Amino acid sequence: MSVSSRCIRAIVRKELREYRRTPSIVVAMTIIPLISLIQPLVLVFGLPSSSSGRLAHEHVLLYLLGIPALVPVLIAAYAVAGERQQGTLEPLLTTPVRREEFLLGKALAALLPSSVVAYAVYAVFIACVGLFADPSVASALLQWPQILAQVVFTPLIAAWSIWTGMLISAKFTDVRVSQQLGILAGLPTIALTSLIAFDVIHPTLGRALAFVAALLLLDALGWRIVSAAFDRERLITGTP
Amino acid sequence: MDDQNHGEGTPALSVHGLSKRFGNRVAFEDVSFEVGRGEVFGFLGPNGAGKTTTVRTLGTLIAPTSGSAVIAGIPLTPQNAVRIRRRISIMPESPGLYLRLSVAENLECFADLYQTPDPRESIARALRAVDLTDRANDTCASLSKGLRQRVALARALLGDPQILFLDEPTSSLDPVATRAVHELIDQLRRRGVTIFLTTHRLEEAERLCDRVAILNTTLRTIGRPDELRDQLFARSLTVTTLAPLPDPDRVFAGLPAVDGWRLDGRSSYRLAVSDPAVAAPAATRALVGAGADVLSISSLHHSLQDVYLELLGTDTSADERAGSR
Repeated sequence: MSVSSRCIRAIVRKELREYRRTPSIVVAMTIIPLISLIQPLVLVFGLPSSSSGRLAHEHVLLYLLGIPALVPVLIAAYAVAGERQQGTLEPLLTTPVRREEFLLGKALAALLPSSVVAYAVYAVFIACVGLFADPSVASALLQWPQILAQVVFTPLIAAWSIWTGMLISAKFTDVRVSQQLGILAGLPTIALTSLIAFDVIHPTLGRALAFVAALLLLDALGWRIVSAAFDRERLITGTP
Repeated sequence: MDDQNHGEGTPALSVHGLSKRFGNRVAFEDVSFEVGRGEVFGFLGPNGAGKTTTVRTLGTLIAPTSGSAVIAGIPLTPQNAVRIRRRISIMPESPGLYLRLSVAENLECFADLYQTPDPRESIARALRAVDLTDRANDTCASLSKGLRQRVALARALLGDPQILFLDEPTSSLDPVATRAVHELIDQLRRRGVTIFLTTHRLEEAERLCDRVAILNTTLRTIGRPDELRDQLFARSLTVTTLAPLPDPDRVFAGLPAVDGWRLDGRSSYRLAVSDPAVAAPAATRALVGAGADVLSISSLHHSLQDVYLELLGTDTSADERAGSR
């Protein structure tokens, strides 16, 4: 089976155009990153230089990994349920588009903006801390391994969130229900990143590699499960 | 069957014993028919009769429970679904447009999904066909219901389909827009596109369709509208005279192509005829010869609606059947 890049591009372009003009998606993509950014910044700016020693044992930057856990799941939860709700799924599925092309297009369209938003927030956070925080606090916070972890884990976490969101979206017809369940599904990932950020789970290179392997496995599994759950007949007729 | 074998002589659509059940509920059962290339085929039936499910099945959106079909020369199997969808287009009853996107953006997406060789030209041609070129940059949300339906029709034309399935294409259109859609269907017929038209509008089916099928879960009848009329209703002439005839039997008996007569009012007579073109002049001559003052001689015209009601009028509607289960 060959996958058409033109079909995937068509879905991605259509999705990105729709996101730009859908207020609820723009709000979801803006509010969550802003909240995730402001709270740690306020915390960091208020820290005296004496706290740099304690910060060396915390990994505040990793707290921001909540963004790729939450933002894409909200978009992905809209992917199929949104099409069904606005009556556009049937015309789309009557075209020669394959299931794989449809799902990859939807997934990429969720991955691209959420990764851009996540990386932009990291960049703003790092720039603000570097420019305005106490220098000793800044040097304790901005550690290369953590920055590298952000870069590596962001797409992996986002992909997992997307498959989770799309699975929920394929199962539920109501967009709001789908998005609320999507947020709930994102909470375990946020809990895990928070435990690491506050050093409850101590991050080591070995653990990082194990997490990368686990996420790769989950992403591959997620793709298979979503593919299997995407049944044209059930989606069109609503039969169980 | 090989794609190359889909020649002029083979039907565009060939359906044999096709059935679809959802659990215990029968959507349609044992449906068989053929549609010729370039034919406009009407698919009629009450709500819940299985028309849309049939279209979805032939459009590879849902799998049949049993039976077989060959669509545009390709057997209906899950493996052939993408190939079939490349040769057909379906316009669902609801336009299903992306309302936040412009008309052109909607069509652009579908032109790419159909992988048209020159999307810009395909879009321009489709917009011209539905007379919407000047609305290309308007968002679909700003269009009226009728214009949205026309955009959906333009979208269905993008893939240059061999078979076009139209599900209630004029259901929400005003008379002017309806006429425009009818003209477009005529144009497509002239271009050799096979059209499978699902409609509730019987006058629309009568005006557009070469043949019609009437479905009420099972196929009740199939044929040309005039054939169906002939099958169901005896041909007849209505003769009205100024005064009652003193001896009608003497006037009408033995006339060529007249099989019998009965009184249909004080001075009106219903003649059962085998060929109105032969019977009417003969009856006129006989009436004049008998000295009758003839007011009118007319052939009784049965519409497709009469055929439909005759066939389905006594059926329990599909909705009621579904409700009773």
